[in-house]
Amino acid sequence: MTQLADKSIPMTNFAPHEELAAGGPEWLELLRAAGLDRFNAVGFPTIRQENWRHTNVAAIARTAFKLATPEGANSAAETAGRFGFGKDAACELVFVNGQFMPRLSRLGRLPRGVRAMGLAEAIDTDPDSLENELGRYAQVDANPFVALNSGYVRDGAFIHLSRGVSLLQPIHLLFVSVPSWEPAVSHPRVLIVAEEGAQASIVESYVGEGRGIYFTNAVTEIVLADDANIDHCKVQQENLDAFHVATMQVELGRKAKFVSHSASLGSKLTRNDLNVCLSGDGADATLNGLVLIGDAQHVDNHTLLDHARPNCPSHELYKHVLGGKSSGVFKGKILVRQAAQKTDSKQTSKCLMLSDDAVMTSMPALEIYADDVKCTHGSTTGPVDEDQVFYLRSRGVGVEAARHLMTYAFAADITRRIRVEPVRRRLEEYMAAQHGLPLDLRITDLASHDEAVRQL
Amino acid sequence: MPLLEIKNLHARVAAPGGRDILMGVNLTINPGEVHAIMGKNGSGKSTLAQVLAGREAYQVTAGTVTYKGHDLLEQSAEERAREGVFLAFQYPVEIPGVSTSYFLKAAVNAVRKHRGQPELESVDFLKLVRDKMQLLKMDPSFMNRAINEGFSGGEKKRNEIFQMAVMDPSLALMDETDSGLDVDALKTVAEGAASLRHKDNAILVVTHYERLLQYIVPDFVHIMREGKIIMTGGKDLAIKVDSQGYDWVDQEVKRSA
Repeated sequence: MTQLADKSIPMTNFAPHEELAAGGPEWLELLRAAGLDRFNAVGFPTIRQENWRHTNVAAIARTAFKLATPEGANSAAETAGRFGFGKDAACELVFVNGQFMPRLSRLGRLPRGVRAMGLAEAIDTDPDSLENELGRYAQVDANPFVALNSGYVRDGAFIHLSRGVSLLQPIHLLFVSVPSWEPAVSHPRVLIVAEEGAQASIVESYVGEGRGIYFTNAVTEIVLADDANIDHCKVQQENLDAFHVATMQVELGRKAKFVSHSASLGSKLTRNDLNVCLSGDGADATLNGLVLIGDAQHVDNHTLLDHARPNCPSHELYKHVLGGKSSGVFKGKILVRQAAQKTDSKQTSKCLMLSDDAVMTSMPALEIYADDVKCTHGSTTGPVDEDQVFYLRSRGVGVEAARHLMTYAFAADITRRIRVEPVRRRLEEYMAAQHGLPLDLRITDLASHDEAVRQL
Repeated sequence: MPLLEIKNLHARVAAPGGRDILMGVNLTINPGEVHAIMGKNGSGKSTLAQVLAGREAYQVTAGTVTYKGHDLLEQSAEERAREGVFLAFQYPVEIPGVSTSYFLKAAVNAVRKHRGQPELESVDFLKLVRDKMQLLKMDPSFMNRAINEGFSGGEKKRNEIFQMAVMDPSLALMDETDSGLDVDALKTVAEGAASLRHKDNAILVVTHYERLLQYIVPDFVHIMREGKIIMTGGKDLAIKVDSQGYDWVDQEVKRSA
């Protein structure tokens, strides 16, 4: 039985279907139809549903969004310049309001076997590569936002890594949103296919500046064949009026290795669903998350580690810094199916509360059907510890600086694990600036400091 | 000029209905001296060290403390640290997430900045700490770990004295540094601390046991009871207390009253 939500909200809140470019292969039309049908059937989720209990999307449901276009987005180039990686990326695809912009992108010279292009272009020139993959992992019934994205899918990115290729520098997908006079929605769609033994770093940045409401409704599908190795970063720095909802669905083959770093800094309301299916023996997943938010921001991270096969390790560490009247939600589900013997799973969620008004909701969920497994989980939430602050002060660190140092260090525990240099640097500078860490206490080059310590 | 002058110090626990702990402590410490404070549990000796360090859990209700000619009680904990006061904690806290090396670099530079000295870059800071680590026989890998995280009691105490060596304080307050240490750890820690003595600094050693004082030889030994110093002597007093107990002290005090 479908749980009907706000059926009073007409679908035209999301622009009439006719606005879409018609055409594309039949399988794509079927995918869109399935998406729209599903969304029409279930509508937006409400807080009466278990998975959405702590995140109220009524504000999204109530807003009439038109489909975003890059027209009039004059500041986009400047924003892209600021958030781009320049020479530090193997290639950089820039999108404005959901549409791929070749002239703002740096396509670089990718080695043979690595393809990175706009999704619309892939649909036009190479639909066969997409047919069996697009929509196969993130199904339209996963959640209503996936259905919605699928209903409007037309642009985004397609990355294909052939057997055995290895890329040293990251591929950067930079989604820039520029608010317009009316609230607008984009549905970026990313598909990453890594064949046997392929190896790469991929970064998805979602950024927006200024003020003004917009809605990013993103879906990313990543499939790793046997022995593939993908390091994935997602950095969300939308503007403070924006809504950001994203589902990332990952499928891992035998001995495939997947590391995800997720940072949520911006947006008024964020919901990330990160679902990883360990479908091959010995697959290995690591999920690291960082949430750094202040007044009136809400970030909800739902993760799923689905252990379907034996001998798979998984590690999860999510850290939250909540200031002002912000709220955070973390629900980490670990499902260990009957066949998944020798699963070794560790999940940790930590929250540092910088104010009495912040709220953190953290729920582990374990469903274990195999009998020879190791599953541990832990969660801590609390303010900065005054005994710890006194310890630092007793060594000459000022009281505010001590609190900042502890906050910075708390978050740096996550950022130091990020191997993509431009991402790590950007986050550390953001943290240092946000928390007013005085210059003399900023250890801005953690990597070389750590290296020097290792030489001791 | 004395380094530290405590006159009639009274302090209580800073909470509603908080207990009075220090009931009129008088003590003068000159540069180059080592003073030991002994006494039963609850006599106030640990509290004295913490009040001098500026712990806000205690509230001073009467008396004065002059340090290097200034009013110490007016200064915040961090100001006192920058002026060269160092507390080696009895129960050092663990601070997960803050790497020992970052913290210590921040501390060293805060003090240097206060003194008008140039701040140290990572590489120079680490050179500075390298020999202090050898002094305290510490495994260099601990610098990369979070402060005191996963340390045994002995390791935590060694870390305290290691930091003392790095910070080079004028007034070191060692709060029951020997508690929880085995014979070998005690030797390492005590010898390390003792080697930091010089003519311009002073050490206040709070302890139950005489053994620590064999390494850090005191110039003065004070016995505290019920928040006051009731007897002062030389290093032999510690040996006496160790063999005869605090009852002997009480009797002596009664006799000479």
